Amino acid sequence: MDLSRLFRPSSMAVIGVSTSHDSHPANVIYNKNHLRYPVQTFAVNPKGGRLNREPLYRSVADIEISVDLAVIAVRARFVPDVVSQCIDKGIKGAVIISGGFAESGSRDLQQQVTEMAEKAAFPFVGPNCLGIYSPDAVDTFFLPGERIINPKKGNIGFVSQSGGVLVDQMVKFAGEGIGVSSAVSIGNKACLRETDMIDWFEQDLATRVIAFYIEGFDCREGRDFIKRAETCSKPIVVLKAGKTARGSAAASSHTASMAGDYRVFSQIMQQHCVAEADTEYELTSFCEALSCYPKGILGNVGIVSVSGGHGVVAADACGHHGLDIPKIASSTADAIRTRLSPEIREIAALENPLDLTGSCVDADILTSVRHLSRDRNLDCILALLLPYSPGISADIGAKLSQVARNEGKPLIAYVPKEDKYKIITEGFELNRIPVASSVEGAVLMAKALKRCRPW
Amino acid sequence: MVMTSNMKKIIADAQPMGWILEPRAKELLTERGLGIPRAMVTDSLDTAQKFLAANAGPVVIKAVSADIVHKTEHQAVVTGIRDPDILAQHMERLLSLKGCSQVLVEEMVSGIEILVGAKNDTQFGPVVVLGPGGTGVELYNDTAIRMAPVNPADVYSMVDSLGAKPVFHGFRGRPGVNMEALVHLLVTFSGLIMDLEPFFESIDLNPVICTSDHCVVADARIMLLPLPE
Repeated sequence: MDLSRLFRPSSMAVIGVSTSHDSHPANVIYNKNHLRYPVQTFAVNPKGGRLNREPLYRSVADIEISVDLAVIAVRARFVPDVVSQCIDKGIKGAVIISGGFAESGSRDLQQQVTEMAEKAAFPFVGPNCLGIYSPDAVDTFFLPGERIINPKKGNIGFVSQSGGVLVDQMVKFAGEGIGVSSAVSIGNKACLRETDMIDWFEQDLATRVIAFYIEGFDCREGRDFIKRAETCSKPIVVLKAGKTARGSAAASSHTASMAGDYRVFSQIMQQHCVAEADTEYELTSFCEALSCYPKGILGNVGIVSVSGGHGVVAADACGHHGLDIPKIASSTADAIRTRLSPEIREIAALENPLDLTGSCVDADILTSVRHLSRDRNLDCILALLLPYSPGISADIGAKLSQVARNEGKPLIAYVPKEDKYKIITEGFELNRIPVASSVEGAVLMAKALKRCRPW
Repeated sequence: MVMTSNMKKIIADAQPMGWILEPRAKELLTERGLGIPRAMVTDSLDTAQKFLAANAGPVVIKAVSADIVHKTEHQAVVTGIRDPDILAQHMERLLSLKGCSQVLVEEMVSGIEILVGAKNDTQFGPVVVLGPGGTGVELYNDTAIRMAPVNPADVYSMVDSLGAKPVFHGFRGRPGVNMEALVHLLVTFSGLIMDLEPFFESIDLNPVICTSDHCVVADARIMLLPLPE
């Protein structure tokens, strides 16, 4: 199924635009796309007339040109008729915003829409959803542009059963500087489901990591998801809600899905190399790490720091998250020691975690990372950089990135998140080296790689 | 793999009851080559005593009753019987339990007790469960779960993920579990539950007795799904 016209439409119809109620979801969607996105947008309302001096079409049939995407925001009982008109018009697919289907007991109505759509090979997202946000292409979220924080264009494809969580996660992505290729809220997933989203995002060149917020699967749907995920060439991250009895009861009335036995879910994700994030914060770290390093690691971490304390904190976090901090080879320590600047040669501690002390300079860090990368006992390097140290320059990010790219072993950096250190952070990120804003965050990134498949 | 006509019959016979009695459950497992202890089902004390006499070591006797799903709770299992008089005494008691007209007399096997189970999960279908055996299972929640069918690497990772992992590998000088036998057991069992998917709700093989050279299913209970209306 080609979903490119849904995710990157060149024309769209918004059905259910109100003539009297400016903040109606359909009006919000119409306005933002009409005014701010490169998609030709048509407002539809059976009354016809005009809205803000633009024509209001009585039906999609009246729109003069062909339409890629229909956004349907009419009352549930009118949805089957509208879908039928969209199919007749030859529209390529729809986002059904309207609620009032399976989530509130109207399973038959939902089934009726699903069957019509299947018969006509008419893909739709929803119902009971926010739909699709593709930066610089389309935004069907009925939230006024001035109220939401949109992440920049990037390489995470994010799929959520909950619209609210999706928006909240987008705020977190934006805060961490992570971009999305598209974000989609699939709601009751009466037609397009998680497996279809894997299909779409796997072939989408703009996407590197596929992330899911999942409350539950329908009968045997978890098995289909795993089978599809297993053959997907891109890393998949999931965040599960409904882990407790109370949570799972809430999930069932929210998006009409069964939350199921969490232990079964979690262990099966691990068995099939789907990285499960425990929290929203982990999800953000996982996405950033996996977008840089799609291959997995065994979890043998080498740590370089300019402060002994940070090494200890990182070592604790590694222990907590199931990562090893193996001894480094004596040849590695020797190779580093002989190349260190004379000021620190005698005082640097070259046991893993390495403490180069506050007197080290850029070259010492580069040397250490270079030789740790060559140590066979390690498969991932964490560099904990504290720019307060006078010997560390603003170029350390860009320089260390070159070393990492050259050596080919995953490097993860920690740089405190402050505006004045942005040049360091960008030096890493522009060279696609992930940067965490806390030591814990850096360790979580390594954990993400361990949860990914090891080849 | 195909289901033999005997396997189908065992399931069909048990459908009205909702679960498969231990002797028939074990018969179904042996159809796929899983090891069980030498055993017989009888209501005759004489036959049972002959089995004991011919057996090299002690025997176990268990009540076979459609009314007893959880045998331990009804004291319906007696282990370590060596003496024919004691056998007689316990056999009489078991035969007086509700719905019990026959007993299962079985050679007593010893080794490491593990739990192998299966659950027909709503979202994922048949899943396999592995953990240390015995009655502590529910208490410690130390189990590994995988989607069936599993491969040998899955079995190794299951053992690795358990808190009781040292017991499997040999703890305090005691021999461990023969991993090849365990792999064979779990791989075979996970294939079997895929075939049983339309019929079963849960399966408990608890305990499976493992030694350094084999694994034997010492108890088995198969709970069936209600028939579709």
